Amino acid sequence: MTYEPKNLRVVGTRPIRHDGADKVTGRANYASDFTLPGMLWGRVLRSPHAHAKVISINTDKAIALPGVKAVITGADLVLPDAGITQAGESAINTQHLAKNLLARDKVFYDGHPVAAVAAISDAIAQQALGLIEVEYEVLPHVIDVDDAVKDDAPLLHDDIFTEGVEPRPEKPSNIAKRIVVAKGDVAKGFAEADFVIERTYTSKPVHQGYIEPQGVVANYAEDGQAMVWCSSQGQFLIRDLCANMLGLETSSLKVIPAEIGGGFGGKTTVYLEPLALMLSKASGRPVKMAMTRGEVLRATGPTSGGSYTTKIGAMKDGTIVAAEVVLKFQAGAFPGSPVGAAVMFCSAPYDIPNLSITGYDVVVNLPKIHAYRAPGAPNGAFAFETVLDELARELKMDPIDFRAKNSAVEGSKSPYGPTHGPLGGIECLSSAKNHPHYKANLGPNQGRGVASGFWINIGGQSAATVVVNRDGTIALVEGCPDIGGTRASLAMMCAEVLGIAAEKVRPSIVDTTAIAFNDVTGGSRVTFATGIAVVQATEDAVRQMRERAAKMWDIDVEQVGWRDGAAQELNGNRSLTIAQIAQKAAKTGGQIMGHASINASGAGPSLTTHLCDVEVDRETGKVTILRYTTFQDAGKAVHPSYVEGQMQGGAAQGIGWALNEEYIHDAQGRLENPGFLDYRMPVASDLPMIDAVIIEVPNPNHPFGVRGVGEAPIVPPLAAIANAIYDATGVRMRDLPFSPPKVLAALEAAEKAKG
Amino acid sequence: MAKSHVSTTVNGDPVEFLCDAPETMLDVLRNTLGLTGTKEGCGTGDCGACSIIVDGRLVCGCLMLAVEATGKSITTIEGIGAPDRLHPVQQAFLEDAALQCGFCTPGFIVAAKALLDRNPDPSETEIRYWLAGNLCRCTGYDKIVRAVQHAAAEMKGQPA
Repeated sequence: MTYEPKNLRVVGTRPIRHDGADKVTGRANYASDFTLPGMLWGRVLRSPHAHAKVISINTDKAIALPGVKAVITGADLVLPDAGITQAGESAINTQHLAKNLLARDKVFYDGHPVAAVAAISDAIAQQALGLIEVEYEVLPHVIDVDDAVKDDAPLLHDDIFTEGVEPRPEKPSNIAKRIVVAKGDVAKGFAEADFVIERTYTSKPVHQGYIEPQGVVANYAEDGQAMVWCSSQGQFLIRDLCANMLGLETSSLKVIPAEIGGGFGGKTTVYLEPLALMLSKASGRPVKMAMTRGEVLRATGPTSGGSYTTKIGAMKDGTIVAAEVVLKFQAGAFPGSPVGAAVMFCSAPYDIPNLSITGYDVVVNLPKIHAYRAPGAPNGAFAFETVLDELARELKMDPIDFRAKNSAVEGSKSPYGPTHGPLGGIECLSSAKNHPHYKANLGPNQGRGVASGFWINIGGQSAATVVVNRDGTIALVEGCPDIGGTRASLAMMCAEVLGIAAEKVRPSIVDTTAIAFNDVTGGSRVTFATGIAVVQATEDAVRQMRERAAKMWDIDVEQVGWRDGAAQELNGNRSLTIAQIAQKAAKTGGQIMGHASINASGAGPSLTTHLCDVEVDRETGKVTILRYTTFQDAGKAVHPSYVEGQMQGGAAQGIGWALNEEYIHDAQGRLENPGFLDYRMPVASDLPMIDAVIIEVPNPNHPFGVRGVGEAPIVPPLAAIANAIYDATGVRMRDLPFSPPKVLAALEAAEKAKG
Repeated sequence: MAKSHVSTTVNGDPVEFLCDAPETMLDVLRNTLGLTGTKEGCGTGDCGACSIIVDGRLVCGCLMLAVEATGKSITTIEGIGAPDRLHPVQQAFLEDAALQCGFCTPGFIVAAKALLDRNPDPSETEIRYWLAGNLCRCTGYDKIVRAVQHAAAEMKGQPA
């Protein structure tokens, strides 16, 4: 479908979301709000070691405890055939997934599951965990990425030989993969450059931090038919992964999507669901499981930390001539960090003739890394946009002008291959430059930072059904969990095409037996891709209603148009409303239902620029965010309030990543901060209002011009804040997070250096 | 160990339940009384998703033992607003798009109501510090703070 400018009456307005009342009254049911009669409670026993051989597991005492109905270990999980399942922006290796669900011969991180129990009460299940005897042989561990790539590093897997290196290495390694993006001649570019700056950065793993811990209720019947209730970013993905893990036919498994209490990429895989199914199968009873916050932090995928080196060369006039970047990402226990995205996108806001970007995917003793909002891009942008800031100062150029001069525009070739269509990068930068924020005065110890970000966005498979009810209202049936207001945005697009109010459309997100396969809610794809499916399904329903009206008037369908929620006779003044057509549907051919099932491409990248003012307390090292403004190309904001919400929320997550959030491990590799007190996410008193300026450069591949908006907002904050701290203090912070002790140490070191 | 018998008041209704000594008020609300609007996000009093009002005081349900409910009056999200009219805080959250996933929302609404009951005219800073015990990972708090300001203005405009 292609974009055409239209007069819009619903798209671009701000109706109350359809699921709103349920969510402000406590009615909405999330993963752990569901129960079944006769239900058991499941719990997981987890490794206390970062790296160890599992010598033996004895479950005899646990199973003998009265009230315990089932105990499972890795021996009960048949290793599936090797395969890859696409999960939005991640690819899940099914054998690695099985080994992550329940350890087999080795545990790879503190929190790695080794056994699970189901009992008649949660208290008994917890008691049973204490009766399971596991004998470990503790092995040396490695978490830091620069340590993990050393020749003498503890080796996690003896069957990983670095991919992407010719010839294939003879020795196994923790480096699972090497990825390179290159164009032009970097050496020549640097030789020509008037200024070259090279810097090295590090960051720690950070967690998605969704407030709802993973939870599930599974019910496995004697005939092999099974049901799973859980919150996820995609019920079809959960179904397919569970079917794969348990060797079930797809049709045997129904996954019902609960409301989801945040995901940010982290709920595009399974942790508990297959275990609950196995326990239900073993016990013959429904089983409920829920993670504690400690389990969420210890054992669900954070995003990568790593180390990053960036070298950029520019001419005196501000033209960037070359960039060379090396990115080493922690993958966690199994390969598959988002380093590929960082390689492709870290320089993508810009058009640079000579590029060499290399990424390393490195296994370490952390939980398997999983997707987190624009996976990989914030790390890459941190290392790129801070060097740009240093270069702009060397060149004595305004940092926005410097970025604008080098911006990728329509027709430039992206670093990852394709030629760009329309892009909003320049528009974001000029809007930022002209914003009052950019001109506001700063006080002592205050500074301003600028950074831009790029996210590719994805399309993918989506289906939608538009059912016309007899009173003229609409049931919109779709299959993508609503994390941030997509019921509203999809219903609004349906209403726009029909010419009725958004409130007349009731959107439902249905289980895996009620609609065709949908890819996950991820990749900022739902308002874009499912939006196209909804528009096509609605157009299908309109076509049918025009046909019915033609039949009722006994004229040719070509003589029937559609306007304002009614069929209109083109050469006359008769009209029929949706309700009038629907009430006669039984006699004109049966009930009316439009449908579409698509695989969308052409998502259109989202570009964004952030402005950030900070104040640095020189006595404590505390950094306070004084003012924050985000500018982002949304293509078309269907519901502007929820687009602003994505921009504000992504910025806040980035601020947390920049200032406080990090995984801290003890000498044994155990997570020392597995709770929200010590894993410190931003709270209301940490932040100012976050101004969101929506830019609209229509995406030519969507009927309303929509681009995905969810992920790009987390890309710039790390660099924007680092640049602002420099502006305030003259000190460059290159190791995340910029927590008070680190900032204070850097300030003191700078004072000392001055003498 | 024998269970304890507790008589209390929840959302204005007399309620009795049996509980084990270690059970929290959150456990009992969700698992015994079926009031699942109160959420568990951390179990350690750090996220505020289980915010409830106990005798006029804002409390984390996960930090209160269920046996402590004896003789108390407890308000949960299910007790806020009326069937024919949402509470102004709930209405403001809807109109101002102050929620995304909605999981933290019941806790925020309970906390904001407790604030406005005590301080009908809070400054932005007072709102931000009062709500600092409630984590939201989706919104960046901007629209939540504005919704509470909006609700305060609405409530001042209404007869007491």
